[in-house]
Amino acid sequence: MTQRTRAIMNLFYLPALLLFAVFVVYPFFEGIRISFTNWNGYLPNYRYVGFANYRRLLTDPYFSSVFWNTILYGFGCTLLQNVLGMGLALFMDTKFRGRGVLRAVVYLPAMIAPLIMGYVMFFVFQFSGGALNDIMLLFGGERVDWLAVPGRTVTIIVIVNTLQYVGVAMVIFLAGLQNIPAMYTEAAHIDGVGSWGMFRYITFPLLMPAITSSVILNLIGGLKLFDIIRALTPPSPSTGAASLSTYLTYQYANVERAGYSAVLGIVTFVFILIVSNLTMWFFDRREAQML
Amino acid sequence: MKTAMKKNWWRYLLTVAILLLYLAPFYILIGVAFKMPSDPSSRWILPNYIYLDNFAKALEGRILQGMQGSLIITLCSVSLIICVGALAAYPLARNKSKLNKAVRGFILGVMMVPPLSILVPIYSVMKVINGISTYYGMVLLLLTFQLPLSIFIYSNFIASIPTALDEAACIDGCGPFRTFISIILPQLAPVTASVAILTGVTCWNDYQFSLYILQKPQIASVTLAVSDFFAQTSSNVFAAAAAALLGLLPIAVLFLLLQKHFIKGMVDSAIK
Repeated sequence: MTQRTRAIMNLFYLPALLLFAVFVVYPFFEGIRISFTNWNGYLPNYRYVGFANYRRLLTDPYFSSVFWNTILYGFGCTLLQNVLGMGLALFMDTKFRGRGVLRAVVYLPAMIAPLIMGYVMFFVFQFSGGALNDIMLLFGGERVDWLAVPGRTVTIIVIVNTLQYVGVAMVIFLAGLQNIPAMYTEAAHIDGVGSWGMFRYITFPLLMPAITSSVILNLIGGLKLFDIIRALTPPSPSTGAASLSTYLTYQYANVERAGYSAVLGIVTFVFILIVSNLTMWFFDRREAQML
Repeated sequence: MKTAMKKNWWRYLLTVAILLLYLAPFYILIGVAFKMPSDPSSRWILPNYIYLDNFAKALEGRILQGMQGSLIITLCSVSLIICVGALAAYPLARNKSKLNKAVRGFILGVMMVPPLSILVPIYSVMKVINGISTYYGMVLLLLTFQLPLSIFIYSNFIASIPTALDEAACIDGCGPFRTFISIILPQLAPVTASVAILTGVTCWNDYQFSLYILQKPQIASVTLAVSDFFAQTSSNVFAAAAAALLGLLPIAVLFLLLQKHFIKGMVDSAIK
């Protein structure tokens, strides 16, 4: 390929890069500028306040719980989705009746808007008349206000998100399992390898690329979690279930502290980039070791 | 057959248990949506009468408007995601250079970053380009943040097309653009289905952008229209259930009809 062709080909990037420049790169730097102001988000007048918004971060009573929740959403969902997804994939890798239906039903929620899935689950966890409380009453228990205790709300949101998206991990692992050449498992079988050994030494290492993809995908999704939290809890961080995403929008839209919201945005941006890249690096290394 | 059933009993038991777990929320939703607000029976009991007023109330809201809005936004976004994505994927798959490595890393970064983290400045940009409460404002944002996925899927696919084809076209005097249009593009059909489905679902389901960009009541998305019912206090959970059911029905039906393509799309995006 000549130098000229290459140069022309690079022009193909232009529309995409222009969009990224206007809607990602410029906003990122503009966000840094806003983070040094006391702008309320809509009035034209504001002034620069130095590091005041950054100092607020240190005294914000909600920040640590919001940060911790984001980690729980990210890693909790990732762990559950991959372990359960792996279980489901292994379960469905053999032929039996109803397998197709099962796959469709487990994958279906992943296609539905997370906001709407959150609302659907509201009918399950609702205090008065909620489906889960009806079961509690049926077995002689008491009604529980499921979404009233912060820690429990976070757990419920992790479970709801996991149930909704476990189908994604399952489908990725199933495709991975079907790509494993039968001769490997047959050879191991002849050598008398048991089912655990088969998983540990054959299936798992060969699934590593699929696991990497799935983990990264779920981690990014979990750390970004927004819709389900908004569906199941009010915007205020006092519910104890807020994540960085919901908290920064709350500071912007409800409290009208655009400057502070921009600081939270930068924290989110940097934190997620670091966590995702570290995870990716870790898995790439593991993959290389196993091959 | 009988022995197979016996040997596999735990599989059937587990299958049924998982199916029940997954179908229960939808069963409950349907029950509430068809119930009279005065009916005090449990969420687990379906009504033994036909009552459609909840749906009438839901339709009085913005549901149809939201579906129309989401449809317009999704169709426009997906068309652009396909065009701009395929175009950018071509040099990414073919050129092996430092620039490409940088572009790849940058695009990966965009994929990871949550758009809400730059919500404040994005909103300012939208104001400058008059994109607030417009379809094109929504389309531009969804396009930008769905592009990385589209570029990666296309570039993985193009990398598997032999370069000999490009070279032959090059010798025949085709420029890169002609080569792309006449050699590469025709081969992208199967993977385009995956890109369209995957990004289309995300655009249709979007809430984070529509919540902040669609401020005027005249323009809505499906999620925004459904959220109206849950925000107006929980006074009428029955109409809210009907609205949620209407909101999830189109995509659920589409998925059940085109299941194989949906699942292939997911796999294409995840496996390199």
